[in-house]
Amino acid sequence: MSNTVRAESAHALDTGVGDAVVEVTGICKTYGDVEALRNVDLGFERGKLTTLLGPSGCGKTTLLKIIAGLVPATAGQVRVNGRVVTGPGPERAFVFQDFALMPWATVMRNVAFGLELRGVGQAERRRVAQRYIDEVGLSGFEEKYPHELSGGMKQRVGIARAFAVNADVLLLDEPFSAVDEQNRRKFQEDLLRLVALQNKTFLFVTHSIEEAVYVSDRIVLLSPRPGRVSRIIDPKIDRSTTPDEIRRDPGYLDTVEEIWHGLRHYAE
Amino acid sequence: MTLFGIRIPMMASLIVWALLWEIVGRMDLIFLIPPMSDILQAGLRLVQSQSWQNASIITVRSFVIGMAFAIGVGVPLGILMGLFKSVDRLMALWVNMFVSAPLSALVPVLMILFGLGETTVIVTVFLFAVWIIVLDARAGVMQVPRSLFEMGRSYGAGPWTLFRKIVLLSALPEILAGIRIGLIRGVKGVVIGQILVSIIGYGELFESFSRNFEMASFWALTIILFAAAMLLSAIVEHFESRIEYYAGARS
Amino acid sequence: MTSYTKTGEAGGVHRALDDLLRGMGRVFDRVPALWSVASLAVLCTAWQIAGLVPISFAFPTFTDTFAAFLQMLFDGSLVYAFFITLQPLVLGVAISATLGVGLGVLMGLSPKAEWFFAPVFIVLQAAPMAALVPLVTFVYGIGLTAKTLAVIMLALPVIALNSYKAVRHVNPSLVAMCRSFQGTRMQRVFKIIIPDASPVIFAGLRLGVAAGYIGVMLAELLITPTGIGDLITYHRSVADYAHMYAAVASIIVLSMLTLVALQRIETRYLRPERRSA
Repeated sequence: MSNTVRAESAHALDTGVGDAVVEVTGICKTYGDVEALRNVDLGFERGKLTTLLGPSGCGKTTLLKIIAGLVPATAGQVRVNGRVVTGPGPERAFVFQDFALMPWATVMRNVAFGLELRGVGQAERRRVAQRYIDEVGLSGFEEKYPHELSGGMKQRVGIARAFAVNADVLLLDEPFSAVDEQNRRKFQEDLLRLVALQNKTFLFVTHSIEEAVYVSDRIVLLSPRPGRVSRIIDPKIDRSTTPDEIRRDPGYLDTVEEIWHGLRHYAE
Repeated sequence: MTLFGIRIPMMASLIVWALLWEIVGRMDLIFLIPPMSDILQAGLRLVQSQSWQNASIITVRSFVIGMAFAIGVGVPLGILMGLFKSVDRLMALWVNMFVSAPLSALVPVLMILFGLGETTVIVTVFLFAVWIIVLDARAGVMQVPRSLFEMGRSYGAGPWTLFRKIVLLSALPEILAGIRIGLIRGVKGVVIGQILVSIIGYGELFESFSRNFEMASFWALTIILFAAAMLLSAIVEHFESRIEYYAGARS
Repeated sequence: MTSYTKTGEAGGVHRALDDLLRGMGRVFDRVPALWSVASLAVLCTAWQIAGLVPISFAFPTFTDTFAAFLQMLFDGSLVYAFFITLQPLVLGVAISATLGVGLGVLMGLSPKAEWFFAPVFIVLQAAPMAALVPLVTFVYGIGLTAKTLAVIMLALPVIALNSYKAVRHVNPSLVAMCRSFQGTRMQRVFKIIIPDASPVIFAGLRLGVAAGYIGVMLAELLITPTGIGDLITYHRSVADYAHMYAAVASIIVLSMLTLVALQRIETRYLRPERRSA
């Protein structure tokens, strides 16, 4: 299994993306004197899982939140489905690193919250929420409260909530970083399954190289200070084999090594 | 808050309130509220008057003595409660009860025990201030991280050194916070004590002003008291901020 | 160890005492409430001794005071006094709660409201309000209105400031989550901010009740004595110190019981410790 690595210049507008559901052009973000992002141009292909990967301070979460509309960009534009967006919208759903579950509400209410905000009727909300609760494997926990759940279960609630609003684009901000190692691996496998089932676009932020290579169709490497795109990698891994075999696939291992070498000097 | 792009500090709104007061006062709606300018003038006259200066000496004296006792008893007691479970269990009931109790109900009792004079006021100040000082000192000691203790002992520090160099310094932010709140409560204590005793210090002045409907002087005295309370609190806060750099990093 | 070298009865007594103390220690550890009982016992004994000495002609013994308390309780005068005293308290706290939570939430949400109201409330909370309580009589006389106003003067700043702090410390992640699902401002306030802030708001209400007790006592001592204040001043005027002390102690104990009850309710229904999910 060979993989294709393409070094892209940070300014190429034609990112070789087929059907770009999300496009960012010229995104800059400064916080006072700190330049968090400089001139980011990227396209995210529909139906694919693209990961933003990089060391801390490279602006990956900032970029994700700008795309989500939660943080305004200092300059530049975000287009979703061809239209310029400046704030959150129904075509994008966000999954939070710290889960952002309402501690006073049951799992059912938390999952249905996006629908509740839209004014969907209660019976309909329950129906839709129940479907996604079952799909993420939380059947039977509908009436539990967040404090009764483990970290992994809480994140599943967050993911179910994001699915329930039927957005085109799912944005996940280091969703598994607060989850323990065994659950993390299981989640990565579950994520692959969900990606295959739904025809949605996934934007994923992580600082774990293995995680990025395991799940992604495309990896965008960002370098810090100021945050900018340094490389784009399309790992060619046969994901039809078993999870364990994927992790031993030479293509997988080579890509991980290569990225690690590239990022090494940031750790020193 | 920003208005037209300029940041206006919060306390500036007090100036707006003072202006409102001036306007309401000039409208002569109610004799209770004279114009702020009259109050300020009365205040200037007041601080130059002999009666105010004497009253202030009495008030400050009672306050300082009462606070000294409150800190001198409160901090050690709080530290003991934080260090020794037996002391804590014995005293916790009382401290927690009195810290939020209506202590002014006790002042009549103090008046018959200690007479209608400064002693009552001093005891009132003490009682008002001491409980929160105890609680905060206790909290400060209780949250000293175990690892600091163990570090000290592993380097051979004896109990007294441990206490002086580690426990005390680590608990200092809470102790200062307790003293700050204790000072505010002490001011309330000295005022309540003097008003109820009503023949000494500021209590006497308040009594005579309201009896003679000298509202401007009354408010001037009130503002002086309020300002003194805020100033004291700000001074202690300044000290707190000097050691704040390690307060957050303790755990 | 010496008990084993002593012969006969003396050794047996030592051992029995040893066992008794150790047993007591274990019971004390298992039932922490016993410590409260013990410290109460210590206080009452000290009180009794002080009264017997006597440290002052105006210092009754504990037993006299307790007897006076029981007498006032059973002849109904204590309950009646509480009824009168609690009226301005309940009324004042109710008004302060409504106004205070409303203003506090407003201050938390609006920078302009915060700028305008917060400094005033900060000053009012730190200020010795006792100086101002007598002023109420000039406008409102000496009745229920005046006393209720005194309660409001003390309780409102506390409740408002705590509600303000509660709103300011709402979990920002939850607010961002609501925005990410395009929640409107109203939805944000009522579905996220107020529920997340409610434990701290309730704690503020509890502090408001404590301040209310202080206010009502100040009112009764500075405006005109009714209820408990009446019991205190009447018995003082006839030098019946046992009854006077009993009245003072009863209001302090009542305030403590109210606050403890509120705290229990807070922990049972609002579960603040579970909020960090």
